[in-house]
Amino acid sequence: MSTLLDVRNVSKRFTMGGLLSRKTVDAVQDASLSLSAETPEIFTIIGESGSGKTTLARMILGLELPTDGEISFRGKTVSHRVGRQERLEFMANVQPVFQNPFEAFNPLKRIDRYLESTAKRFLKLRHRDDLDAAMDSALQKVGLSIAEVRGRFPHEMSGGQLQRAAIARALIPNPPLLVADEPVSMVDASLRMSIVNLLKSLRDDLRVSVIYITHDLATAYYISNRLIIMQRGRIVEMGDARTVLDNPEHPYSRLLKASVLSTEDAGSGKLITDPGMAERATALIRQPGRLVARPDGRSVRVYERA
Amino acid sequence: MTEDLLKVEGLKAYYQMNYFGVEREVRAVDDITMTIRKNEIYGIAGESSSGKTSFIKVLAAAIRPPMRIVAGSVKYDFKNGPIDVATATPAQIEAVRWRHLSYIMQGSMSVLNPVRRIGRTFEDFARRPLGLSGEAYRARVLNHLERLKLPADVLNAYPHELSGGMRQRVTIGLATVCHPEFVIADEPTTALDVVVQKEVLGLIREIQQDMGSSVVFVTHDMTVHANMADRVGIIYAGRLVEEGPTRQMFFAPKHPYTAHLVASLPRIGDTAQRPALEGRPPSLASPPSGCRFHPRCPLAIDKCKTDVPPLIQVANDHRSACWRWQDVEPLVVPQRHEVMA
Amino acid sequence: MFAVFRDLVRYNAEFTIGLVLVVIIVAFSAASFFSPVDPSLIYMTIPDQPPSAQYWFGTNSRGQDMFWHLAAAFKNSLIFGLTVAVLSRIISIAVGLTSGYLGGWVDRVLMFINDIFVSVPIFPILVLFYFVLRNNMDSFTLALIMAGFGWPFDARLIRSVAVGLKHREFTRHAVFAGMSTPKVLLEEHLPYVMPIVFATFMNNMLWSIGLEVTLAVLGFTNINQPTIGTVLYWANSHSAMVVGTWWWIVIPVILIVMTFLGLFLLAVSMNEYIDPRSRLRRMGA
Repeated sequence: MSTLLDVRNVSKRFTMGGLLSRKTVDAVQDASLSLSAETPEIFTIIGESGSGKTTLARMILGLELPTDGEISFRGKTVSHRVGRQERLEFMANVQPVFQNPFEAFNPLKRIDRYLESTAKRFLKLRHRDDLDAAMDSALQKVGLSIAEVRGRFPHEMSGGQLQRAAIARALIPNPPLLVADEPVSMVDASLRMSIVNLLKSLRDDLRVSVIYITHDLATAYYISNRLIIMQRGRIVEMGDARTVLDNPEHPYSRLLKASVLSTEDAGSGKLITDPGMAERATALIRQPGRLVARPDGRSVRVYERA
Repeated sequence: MTEDLLKVEGLKAYYQMNYFGVEREVRAVDDITMTIRKNEIYGIAGESSSGKTSFIKVLAAAIRPPMRIVAGSVKYDFKNGPIDVATATPAQIEAVRWRHLSYIMQGSMSVLNPVRRIGRTFEDFARRPLGLSGEAYRARVLNHLERLKLPADVLNAYPHELSGGMRQRVTIGLATVCHPEFVIADEPTTALDVVVQKEVLGLIREIQQDMGSSVVFVTHDMTVHANMADRVGIIYAGRLVEEGPTRQMFFAPKHPYTAHLVASLPRIGDTAQRPALEGRPPSLASPPSGCRFHPRCPLAIDKCKTDVPPLIQVANDHRSACWRWQDVEPLVVPQRHEVMA
Repeated sequence: MFAVFRDLVRYNAEFTIGLVLVVIIVAFSAASFFSPVDPSLIYMTIPDQPPSAQYWFGTNSRGQDMFWHLAAAFKNSLIFGLTVAVLSRIISIAVGLTSGYLGGWVDRVLMFINDIFVSVPIFPILVLFYFVLRNNMDSFTLALIMAGFGWPFDARLIRSVAVGLKHREFTRHAVFAGMSTPKVLLEEHLPYVMPIVFATFMNNMLWSIGLEVTLAVLGFTNINQPTIGTVLYWANSHSAMVVGTWWWIVIPVILIVMTFLGLFLLAVSMNEYIDPRSRLRRMGA
């Protein structure tokens, strides 16, 4: 089995402040994960703000270099400073999906110029007809067509169309991996499911792996194969999405699940979380511990002082 | 019979703009009639650019050009006398603001002045409306903070020294310290993490029940409404399309749009394919004819394209604006891979 | 382009007034191309004639017809101001956008240089250049030197906008669409700093023309070249107000006020027009 993406013991430390009050923040500590090249999957990174999930995603996209550890793509290390050519090669394989569809395109520019630039740069196409064909085939994959997009400005399209066009743009170089950082956190309810369903169909029909970063456990349960839960830069639980979320083991995972609002008892106004739960979870933040494998396939962080 | 605190009748609020000769009229609020009772949480749901923000601006008596009230009335029945926001003078509005009518806003950072200690901000907002002096004012504020489970020394802190959840609790404290009769909460938890969100929601509910005030709670997140609201109203393209008791809205919706909103919520423990609502929310500058939902509606018939459905009583305390409300079924979650049209 | 002008004239009074003023001044300066006399020559007419049908703006004590002399002076000063503004805008756009977008050490180095230019006092330096170059100091050399000093404040302004743009999602999107850095800067970011460029273009023209007047009045430029500054220099050295040749001072001042006011009004209204937010609204967003 060959690996597509391998993140090995990656840490990222940021130095903040000026000359006098220098302090460091460990955004990500010792994170490892790997995706297989044969079976595409949706791999979810769950965490709250400050959990390091976005930093981890930025490192995978090569926008940030890890302080420690190594990230390799198809067996080739990518977590070091590279030249433009090498960077472009990497970008053809790993493409991002952005958070806010209304911000994904420059509001003053036409949408097709992003698609065209991608096709020119990564597919090395020159002729008008080839470019159009490449753009159209990518747009077809997300349920749009070149006729709907050509010459249009972002404000002329709905949020759903924009997000689709942005994903189509990412699909032009036929990348085996997409990194989607909170793609639905800023969109309306009616639009959310169309994007989530699209990610799902990318995996099932186009065999693209997706790293899905979110704080929303419900959509994570709905689409992901495997997931990790991060608390303050550390992975606290990792495993099959259904196994973990149906029955979370780490206190923090349990707290997250208990905090999800459900519609089952709509109108009854139950909003109390067991306060002891939050205390147990936050007490573990700085304690030393390590990930231990469980018989059901998941790994859970256990602490030396339990 | 519960009393009404707010009566909105035939409210139309438009934006009228002129950019270098390009004239636009945006009908952000187009004929809304509704009431809000004493001592209830009324949830308002709607997509972005559905007009819900404009609607609550009117409720909050924050009407500024280019927005204008074109028709209708917004009558509050406060203890110190009735007031119609549509016709009130600025002095009349000033007299009820914060004391009777207050709001909790989305970004705590934009409410709290970053270079002023929290205590000073409390003074700016609450001293005058409360009309208390020295010791009595201090006691009132401390007492209120305690109720919000905030330590007394937050008054000496600057906003950046507090966590996001603490800050949001401070803004809730600010909005409720005068025990207003009517509180408008505009997406107060959207920027918060799930754990803190639940805490803050619980707090708003608790304090509402303590004070017996009415709260209008605005968010596009239906799961929040499910847990907060006594009644929910759905706004679509500047119109109220359905309102009713929360439980009925979730389990027996009578408008296809509501049915879709509810059915599209994923749940932990359920992997069945969820339908997505296709199409886009209509432009408020040129809304579709007839029922504004008809281009996206699976139940649409010819009549929907031409005739505007009135908001009619469909069950006890439950109103819907749909010609085919009798045919709206709570969407049974379809089987896997069976995507809804 | 024509439609833009038509809309602006129709709906924006500031633009119309500004346009009229600027058109008058430009037409007046352009008239100098048809001047019957060489404006640098002296004692070509009877000196000290008040404005009349023959000499519209009168003549000065040096025997020059003020109409043609001022036309040449305004032409030279406007070209001077434009040169300084265009050159210094190019520098400030290049420095501001690069510094804001690239960040890191590039930003630190560029902003260090920027701050040196901000803190250096420009007036003594211009005087020093005059003493070194003397009669080689023509108007173009002066424009080059002033352009070299006219960019740093605006580069900072542009940088602050560019820093914000760098973190917008569409910038990252452009990068992942394979666009090169110059392309991102020129095509994605430049439209957002154009309002600043326009506003500062104006300020810069006013600043450079004003500074040229100061230098000329004190005699630190080539005083034989007609410019707004040298007109005033000669008027002053012949004590125009004292001897009663008021038109030698009053008419140039009225024209200067018209120029500055016109340019200012144009800048304000154009600014509103090219502001991205207003542009988007007109596009119907």
